[in-house]
Amino acid sequence: MSANGSGIGASVKRKEDTRFLTGRGRYTDDINLPGQLYGYILRSPVAHADIGGIDTSAAAAAPGVHAIFTGSDMEGVGGIPTGWLIHSKDGEPMVEPGHPALALGKVRYVGDCVAIVVAETREQAKEAANLIDVDYQELPAVASIEAAEAEGAAQVFDEAPGNVCYDWEVGDRAATDAAFDEATHVVSIDVVNNRLIPNAIEPRAAIANYDPATGDYTLYTTSQNPHLIRLLLGAFVLGLPEHKLRIVAPDVGGGFGSKIPHYAEEAILTWTAGQLGRPVKWTCERIDAFKSDTHGRDHISTARLALDADGKFLGLHVSTKANLGAYLSTFATCVPTYLYGILFAGPYTTPAVYCEVKSFFTNTVPVDALRGAGRPEATYLLERLVEKAAVELGMDRVEIRRKNFIREFPYQTPVALQYDQGDYDATLDLALKASDWAGFEARRAESAARGKCRGIGISTFIEACGIAPSAVVGSLGARAGLYESGSVRVHPTGSVSVFTGTHSHGQGHETTFAQIVSDMLGVDFEAVDVVHGDSAKIPFGMGTYGSRSLAVGGTAIYLAVEKVIEKGKKIAAHLLEASVEDIEFENGSFTVAGTDRSKSLGEVALTAYVPHNYPEGLEPGLEETAFYDPLNFTFPAGTHVAEVEVDPETGEVEVVAVTGADDVGRIINPMIVDGQLHGGLAHGIGQALLEECLYQDDGQLQTGSYLDYTMPRAADLPSFNINHNTTLCTHNPLGVKGVGEVGSIGVPPAVINAVIDALRPLGVNDMAMPATSQKVWQAIQQAQG
Amino acid sequence: MNDFTYHAPTSLDEALAALRGGGDGAKLIAGGHSLLPVMKLNLASPTDLVSLAGVPGLGDIADGGDSVTVGAMCRHAQVAGSAVVQARIPALAAMADGIGDAQVRNAGTIGGSVAHNDPAADYPAACVALGATIVTDRREIHSDDFFQGMFATALADDEVVTAVRFPVPARAAYAKFANPASKYAVAGVMVADGPAGVRVAVTGASGDGVFRVAEMEAALGASFSGEAVAGVAVSSDGMLSDTAAGADYRAHLVTVMAKRAVEACG
Ligand SMILES: Cc1cc2nc3c(=O)[nH]c(=O)nc-3n(C[C@H](O)[C@H](O)[C@H](O)COP(=O)(O)OP(=O)(O)OC[C@H]3O[C@@H](n4cnc5c(N)ncnc54)[C@H](O)[C@@H]3O)c2cc1C
Repeated sequence: MSANGSGIGASVKRKEDTRFLTGRGRYTDDINLPGQLYGYILRSPVAHADIGGIDTSAAAAAPGVHAIFTGSDMEGVGGIPTGWLIHSKDGEPMVEPGHPALALGKVRYVGDCVAIVVAETREQAKEAANLIDVDYQELPAVASIEAAEAEGAAQVFDEAPGNVCYDWEVGDRAATDAAFDEATHVVSIDVVNNRLIPNAIEPRAAIANYDPATGDYTLYTTSQNPHLIRLLLGAFVLGLPEHKLRIVAPDVGGGFGSKIPHYAEEAILTWTAGQLGRPVKWTCERIDAFKSDTHGRDHISTARLALDADGKFLGLHVSTKANLGAYLSTFATCVPTYLYGILFAGPYTTPAVYCEVKSFFTNTVPVDALRGAGRPEATYLLERLVEKAAVELGMDRVEIRRKNFIREFPYQTPVALQYDQGDYDATLDLALKASDWAGFEARRAESAARGKCRGIGISTFIEACGIAPSAVVGSLGARAGLYESGSVRVHPTGSVSVFTGTHSHGQGHETTFAQIVSDMLGVDFEAVDVVHGDSAKIPFGMGTYGSRSLAVGGTAIYLAVEKVIEKGKKIAAHLLEASVEDIEFENGSFTVAGTDRSKSLGEVALTAYVPHNYPEGLEPGLEETAFYDPLNFTFPAGTHVAEVEVDPETGEVEVVAVTGADDVGRIINPMIVDGQLHGGLAHGIGQALLEECLYQDDGQLQTGSYLDYTMPRAADLPSFNINHNTTLCTHNPLGVKGVGEVGSIGVPPAVINAVIDALRPLGVNDMAMPATSQKVWQAIQQAQG
Repeated sequence: MNDFTYHAPTSLDEALAALRGGGDGAKLIAGGHSLLPVMKLNLASPTDLVSLAGVPGLGDIADGGDSVTVGAMCRHAQVAGSAVVQARIPALAAMADGIGDAQVRNAGTIGGSVAHNDPAADYPAACVALGATIVTDRREIHSDDFFQGMFATALADDEVVTAVRFPVPARAAYAKFANPASKYAVAGVMVADGPAGVRVAVTGASGDGVFRVAEMEAALGASFSGEAVAGVAVSSDGMLSDTAAGADYRAHLVTVMAKRAVEACG
């Protein structure tokens, strides 16, 4: 840790919180441009229909209305693209139907964009939209995977027979089959990974402007990745060159993956601003957010685990069906494949693993990344299956895991990944101790005395973060690179601006990145500011998702700082009349080794900008940029233990304790890391017990508001018991791994395993997420006959 | 939401005049926590909103010895925190404290709650179990006659609830199973042993709104114990059914909540 006490490892209070907590944050909806108009997006009320015609005449005549555009007006403007090409088992590319920004001829889900009404006020735009008469000629809809794959099911796209987008596989099928031939035991499981609605606190919003004098477009938007939006919107949809399109993602109030995709509304707004030559603003209402923000998860899987007589895993076979929704959102296709299938080794030495995934179009909101994206689905399946194997084989639940742990690194899994480092025994031991696993039976008895059923559950997991390297993901179908950029500008008097291509929407980058720079340069934490979110200010970068920002973006910043130090040494050597090799840099000072002759960073910076006495041939200025393309994924890992108490009369499940023992790599700011863990655990417990997006068979969203969709609240959660055991990532200089998704990946199976453990004495052996009180009560009823 | 005219009367007479002046399209607004959500969804589109916020005399809680009178504009938090209510009818204070969340309790009113008669609201169960009287600008209506099925009451279109008078029971308790998302009652049971005898009133469960369970009342009359009602099943016919709770589960919860309420009576 640096001398100023706010460097790496210090729980510095978050810089950004001053503005967030005092109401001075600047979110997209806070931005108003002179002369702006308001856009209202008319959405389809039906899940599947031919559009017979759209009569906008009454709406056009309504007060304050400036313009109305429908699909036919935007015809010819490029459709919304998707970011990852998946190939099926047979080598064929996935079916990739067009996605018009405004529905053209057909609507495919409740919430599909049908028209934009632009008016003087938001209310006028909305009122006028109610006057648009759309002739929906309804078609049968498919609202679930089961419906999509049924014989004679309605077709979401004519070009996707059976509604199949692709049928993908990873791993060695023959080797896996052979493992099953040898097995003493085979344990199988069917699981559903419940569909979730992300529910960021800040609804999506956008404000687009076109300057006819310069031809410049500007789009302020609620995005996790402004440059990605610029690339997709500019190059693929509107055909605008990068230098004429500026994307600003200012303060963003939560993303969780739902603000990664390039949304149709962004294209509609920007195009409309161009048509009208005036700024147009749109803010999504909460009720529309439920039916237009991308949803998450939604898998049906069946899996088998082959074991030898001792409980060693020999092979794993997974078959999954995934729901992609009505159109291919930006990362929709890779979430259930390359963020899912390659996770199935988990922390175990299973020598043969095979996973196949068939993905379907349905008449539902497009599905994309949601906190963990693919990895929670994989971890849930694996940890439910391992737990079930222990029960069926009569083995101890901890021992079966320990028996199969990977202990030699690097470890090449049978499903593409190579783990660089880890210590799974250490986190397991830590979790068992911290949760007082050994003392559980006494607590169970105490609960039983109060008429409650207590259970304990465990999950030991790894995740893969900081998806990389670009060349590898490119060969797997990614249409973008997955490196990150960082620029470090030391100002003439020694304060520092850091420019990052990542985006902070709750993660605290402004603090964490400042700590790294402050630590490395020995400057005051307060003297370092982090700039992100504006494509006109920052170098090209890929944004924030998949717990990548520190491991990839932080490393880019680290490398840029190293370049600054290297250049500073040259300047200092000149000033100190020493040779560059003799200059050491520590705590903000360049010193001639073995002497007390030194120059401060500030002096060196001033010299760089006022280069009167300066090394010959060296460029003035002290600003460096680095692009970092990671060598590998990072592999955070850990053990989560959940303890629950079930009220057998009502079926209510109370989470009474959650213990995490996590290895997230080097910790820069322990308070922020624990905050991320807490949020992720809340998210994971929400999925396990409360959250479930339900559609009716006709494609109407049943859980379309907070009356029916249950978000986890503070009162639903215990105080979290968080513990750390750190091993360093071997392939980035900071040794960091990532923490943003850990909780939502690790804890759901621990919670469900605990619920089943609690209910097993009553004869219940299975439980689906979310384990709502009704579901638990019904399971008890059924088991009791 | 549609445009409307907002009236801020400063007396009950002015409020009544505004209500009549607005005709069919006029609506009273108290805490707005039931009315505004339906207006946002365009399920109600009043032309005139008449606020009761400035009408004096509607916000008091009075101890009448054998009864407690709660003014129509008393917020749920006020009832929950009232020393009078806590001392005389602690079950009522506890019930009010379990409504929705802190925001709802600081805005929603007892008058709005009984007038709205949401089938999942808590107050109707308390009123019926305790045998409360609803006081309006023109008459007094016993709760047995006041609640008339889902969202329906004995109120005339231009009638204003001014207070609710609760007889003080010997003992009473409320047990609620809340919807995990909305926190409204899935099954809420108020059990009271008061001047009108033992009453068991249920909210949240039935499509017809609050109802009494005669069989449980009889069982409790014979023996006031949790066991006495634990074996009394209510029929799931006519029970509400939604994503959180189907009719069977709701019917089951009524019995469990009744048992717990009786046990909480001490
Ligand atoms: C998120 C949320 C959770 C909630 N959870 C619960 C819960 O758990 N339990 C529960 O019981 N309720 C719950 N509610 C409802 C809440 O208690 C409401 O505030 C209450 O039902 C209505 O009171 P109000 O003052 O808000 O009435 P308003 O919304 O202002 O009015 C409701 C209706 O009553 C009429 N009205 C109002 N005052 C009078 C009067 N004095 N005389 C005649 N008519 C009148 C209005 O014209 C309108 O038709 C919840 C509400 C929300 C938004």
